[in-house]
Amino acid sequence: MGQFQIADYQMDVLKEIGNIGAGHAATALSKLLDKPVDMKVPSARLVPFDQITESLGGEEQVVIAVFLRVTGEVPGNMFFIFTLESSRKLLNRLIGMDIGAEGFTELEMSALSEIGNILAGSYLTSLSDFIHLNLQPTVPSLAIDMAGAILSYGMLQYGPMGDQALLIDTTFMEGNDEVEGYFFLIPDPESIERIFHALGVPPL
Amino acid sequence: MITDDIPIIKVGMADMNAIQAPGVLKTSGLGSCIGLSLYDPVNKIGGLAHIMLPSSDIARDQSYHLAKFADTAIPALIEQMERLGARKSCLQAKMAGGAQMFVLASSEMMRIGPRNIERCKEMLSEYTIPLIAEDTGGNYGRTVELNCSNGVFVIRSVQNGVKQI
Repeated sequence: MGQFQIADYQMDVLKEIGNIGAGHAATALSKLLDKPVDMKVPSARLVPFDQITESLGGEEQVVIAVFLRVTGEVPGNMFFIFTLESSRKLLNRLIGMDIGAEGFTELEMSALSEIGNILAGSYLTSLSDFIHLNLQPTVPSLAIDMAGAILSYGMLQYGPMGDQALLIDTTFMEGNDEVEGYFFLIPDPESIERIFHALGVPPL
Repeated sequence: MITDDIPIIKVGMADMNAIQAPGVLKTSGLGSCIGLSLYDPVNKIGGLAHIMLPSSDIARDQSYHLAKFADTAIPALIEQMERLGARKSCLQAKMAGGAQMFVLASSEMMRIGPRNIERCKEMLSEYTIPLIAEDTGGNYGRTVELNCSNGVFVIRSVQNGVKQI
C-alpha cells in the first residue's frame, strides 16, 4: 500500500501550521472589514477524495473559490472559499456594493479575487516565516461552481498516491456567522516531508 | 423523466459501476475529471466511470482503483458490463467533463482536463467503441446521469443549465 501515514504528533504540527496561517489571514480580513473575525480550531487530516466537500455541503454545493497554486519549496494548492450568500455580504461591507441575487459582475468577481489574494498572501507569508521555506503564490484564479469540481483540482497531485489527500482547513466567520469562509490548504505530497524536516519533526 | 421508483446509483470519484435497466447512474462535481458512460442499447446495460487522471503509469500505489485512470477504467468497465450480459460490440460511449477549472498555464497538472479527454478517446478507439456524443472541455463543473433504460446522458452545470446528449 502506498497510502500515506501521518502520525498524530505530525498532524498536530500541520494543525499548528493551519492555525498560524489562518490566524494571520483572519487578522488581515478583520483589518479589511474593520470588524472582529473569529476562526474555528483548524483541522489537519487525511480526507478520502469523496469526502473533501463534506464541510461545504457536498459535491454539488455551489461555492465561490479563489484558487492559488503555491510554488517554491513547499508546493501545494490553496483555496479560499465562500458561500454565495457570504460573498455578497462581504462585498457589501467592504466596498458598499449592493449585490443582486443574480450573478456577479466582472468588477465584483475581481474584488473577491483580490480579497482572496490578500488573505492567501498573509496566510502564506506567515507560513513561510514559520517554516523558513520559500513559498510563492501564483496569480489568483476565481471560480463559481460546484464544490466537487473545484476541490478535485486540488487533489490531483494525490491521485498517483492513493485515495486520500492531506487537508489543512479552517473556518472563519464575522458578525454572528453572517460571513463565513473557509481556507483549504492541500500541500503536495512531497511537501509534507519538507515541512517536517524544516521544523525538525522526527519521521514516522 | 426520472421518477422516484427508479433507483439512482451514485458513482464516487475514481470509482465506477454498471447496472441493468431500470436505473440511473450518477456522478457529481466533475471538474477536470471525466464522467465516461458506456451503454449497450440491446441489453439495456449501462456503466459509468468517474475518471480522475489519464494514465496509470504514474501510479505509485499499486492497489489503486481501476476507475481512477483512463487507461485502466475503460477495460475494467467493459469487463464489469460483460459480466452483466452486455456485448462489447454493442457498446456506445458518451462522456462529459475534462474542464480546465482555473486558468494557470504554468503547471502541467493544471492541463489535466484536456489530457483526460484525449486519453479517453484513445482508449475508446483502441477498444473500437464509438464515442457517439460528448460535452467536454470548457471551464465549468458538471454532474452527469446515465439513464440505463434508454442511454440518455444528462449533464447539469451551474453556468449552462441542463443538457441531454
